[in-house]
Amino acid sequence: MTINTLSQDGVQRQQMPCLTKMERMIISMQDPDMGIKLRNQRLLITVIPHAMTGLDIVEWLIKKCSISDEEALHVGQLFVKYGYIYPLKEPRNLILKADDSSYRFQTPYYWMSTRWPASELDYAIYLAKKNIRKQGELIEYEKECYNALHKRINHTWDFVVMQAREQLRASKQRRKGDRIVLECQEQAYWLVNRPPVSPEHYKLTTLTKNTIAMLTPWCSLKYIGVSNLNGSYVKYCEQYQPHDPIMQGCLPSNPWITDDIMFWNMNSETYMFIVALPTKLRVERWSFSFMELLNDQMGRKEFLTYLEKEFSAENLCFWQACEDVRHGETAKIPEKVDEVYKQFLAPGASRWVNIDSKTMEKTLEGLKRPHRFVLDDAQMHIYFLMKKDSYPRYLKSELYKNLLARAIVPQETKKSVFPFMRRQRHSSPSPALATQTAEDDGKAKYSNSNSGTASRL
Amino acid sequence: MAAQEVASQPSDTLTTLKTESETLKTKLEEERAKLHDVELHQVAEKIEALGQFVMKTRRTLKGHGNKVLCMDWCKDKRRIVSSSQDGKVIVWDAFTTNKEHAVTMPCTWVMACAYAPSGCAVACGGLDNKCSVYPLSLDKNENLAAKKKSVAMHTNYLSACCFTNSDMQILTSSGDGTCALWDVESGQMLQSFHGHAADVLCLDLAPSETGNTFVSGGCDKKACVWDMRTGQCIQSFETHESDINSVRYYPSGDAFASGSDDATCRLYDLRADREVAIYSKESIIFGTSSVDFSLSGRLLFGGYNDYTINVWDVLKGTRVSILFGHENRVSTLRVSPDGTAFCSGSWDHTLRIWA
Repeated sequence: MTINTLSQDGVQRQQMPCLTKMERMIISMQDPDMGIKLRNQRLLITVIPHAMTGLDIVEWLIKKCSISDEEALHVGQLFVKYGYIYPLKEPRNLILKADDSSYRFQTPYYWMSTRWPASELDYAIYLAKKNIRKQGELIEYEKECYNALHKRINHTWDFVVMQAREQLRASKQRRKGDRIVLECQEQAYWLVNRPPVSPEHYKLTTLTKNTIAMLTPWCSLKYIGVSNLNGSYVKYCEQYQPHDPIMQGCLPSNPWITDDIMFWNMNSETYMFIVALPTKLRVERWSFSFMELLNDQMGRKEFLTYLEKEFSAENLCFWQACEDVRHGETAKIPEKVDEVYKQFLAPGASRWVNIDSKTMEKTLEGLKRPHRFVLDDAQMHIYFLMKKDSYPRYLKSELYKNLLARAIVPQETKKSVFPFMRRQRHSSPSPALATQTAEDDGKAKYSNSNSGTASRL
Repeated sequence: MAAQEVASQPSDTLTTLKTESETLKTKLEEERAKLHDVELHQVAEKIEALGQFVMKTRRTLKGHGNKVLCMDWCKDKRRIVSSSQDGKVIVWDAFTTNKEHAVTMPCTWVMACAYAPSGCAVACGGLDNKCSVYPLSLDKNENLAAKKKSVAMHTNYLSACCFTNSDMQILTSSGDGTCALWDVESGQMLQSFHGHAADVLCLDLAPSETGNTFVSGGCDKKACVWDMRTGQCIQSFETHESDINSVRYYPSGDAFASGSDDATCRLYDLRADREVAIYSKESIIFGTSSVDFSLSGRLLFGGYNDYTINVWDVLKGTRVSILFGHENRVSTLRVSPDGTAFCSGSWDHTLRIWA
């Protein structure tokens, strides 16, 4: 939903789709065979035709949509709130009650979709009618509106009064029953749609650009059968389900439920907490994908230790340096790229990375005019090298297997049974504090999980 | 309402392009239909159904004086930033419910806010057509507004913003129909994304290995996937029947969900290049304002304009639960970074944490 009321080509935007949906449902509610059974309802001394009880409405909704009482009441409430159904006994109280209170369908003439936005002039006429019919019948809100309108459209006030008198005269000629129904309908309409006294003015903008829809070369895309892919969703969900606290809970407990922050402390990534041993779930997750390993600060550190043993640590360092270029400050790109070249790409560099000659040639060429993405190809090459070679070997290594064996499975902490023994909710140091003291040297500020390793250049 | 002036269009080229677009779209649909595909929920028939679902409000954050429009989580998993219609942006420790910082924007309707990955700054904007970054100072006496940095400039309201992998770049979407990538330090526009035919209302960054794409949704009922490097629209999806208010990637990055005024949520698969699931129910009449996935991607949470939150089984396509509690429209909804809870913000001036 946007606050702009006109579409791009200056046409009034169509009404909210929820109104169309509501109207469709209202129509099926009034179906002579499958709809709600209407009957005459007594209102004081008059008999109002075609009415129903609140309970009728709720029961019909329960049956039609297969929902619970609570939800049916909630949905029915919306119909009353938007003026499609109005209460007979307490018209100002736009609430649906699931008992024998009487309700009626509003006539389509007064539906929100056909009459929105409500006109000031119509409202003025309505208020004038009420005022003429019975002095002092206007409530506080209506008095305010009446005075405001009287001031604002004073030049047409004669017309307003004349219209009001005409409409009152015409209604006197109707049968009492009809007159009451019409008055109820009108009253209900204005209770829902009355213009605010001081309307909020949305900012209206004139559209200065004409945007033509971009056409992309669709036909060059390859099509993959969906049935091949649907299995991948199931696989992903099943793999991650034990890690999903909302689905399966988490150990020792969900901090939001028990007020115990052990879960956060045990899985911490910041320098505030030095975690001795990680949890089993955390270490297992590193085996799901290379990205999972790199996204976890501890995982990344472990992987670096492994690479050092293999004498290929420069790959990870290079990758990190490229990330820093890609996401860092624009002004610092040339000097960062230069540093990367000196450390990793130059012939005889201290931490030379092994890139294929074609990529190296292309990268070196691009370095003459360094930009944010100049190292992308080289970075991609090294990334996939690690992913296809070092990463799988790491998962099979003693280093990883030992850690997995030693990793802990926390004991469950139950929620405190006694309300007065609720755990104190401890505050934690703000991340803003953690890096405020660190040097600000234009390095890309990541979340704390990366800040340590990013400064390894 | 003031009369609007409509600029004259080069109608011939526009009509020709529109016809061409329609022809290509029809051809595309024909090609897709040729593949006999099984729907997602059919494949998921064999897996276990989810049991009874119990989620409650665990925290209620009160303090905004008007409609809450947007919120975002900090990477520390407990802090959040929220913005409201009266121009206030508040940073909370949602766990203790304490307010830690508050900024008053010079404009009302702050429709977008985002927490920086480092946790040291927040970005926000709205009717001022800008996106500004405020570094968070812990000095109680310091006026946060003094250090404000104006980053993005659009020609219409700012609808959404988010930091990319670092504090140095921001992605924004606007009512002017475009998205843009900005360098925070210099305020320079690094890339702009044109293609939507109307206001862009939402965006989300892809969690991919290469980290180069994002998806946006707009009032033209389209969801578009963009290449951040080139500014090109890579893929486009147009099956919704009304404005798309929210888009969010599936955790694997292979798909994304969208929530729309047509009261449905839909799942689009990027590899198959089509919609693979619709989440709708006859009793759900009002539009979805915001959507997000649980950590495993099995659940999809949707905040609706009828004050409720519906929880969907992504695989089976059924609604698992309906959550009542808010007293007005739910305007924003995000799952926490570690998936332990989700936060919903509403026009009833409050934010709720559910777990």
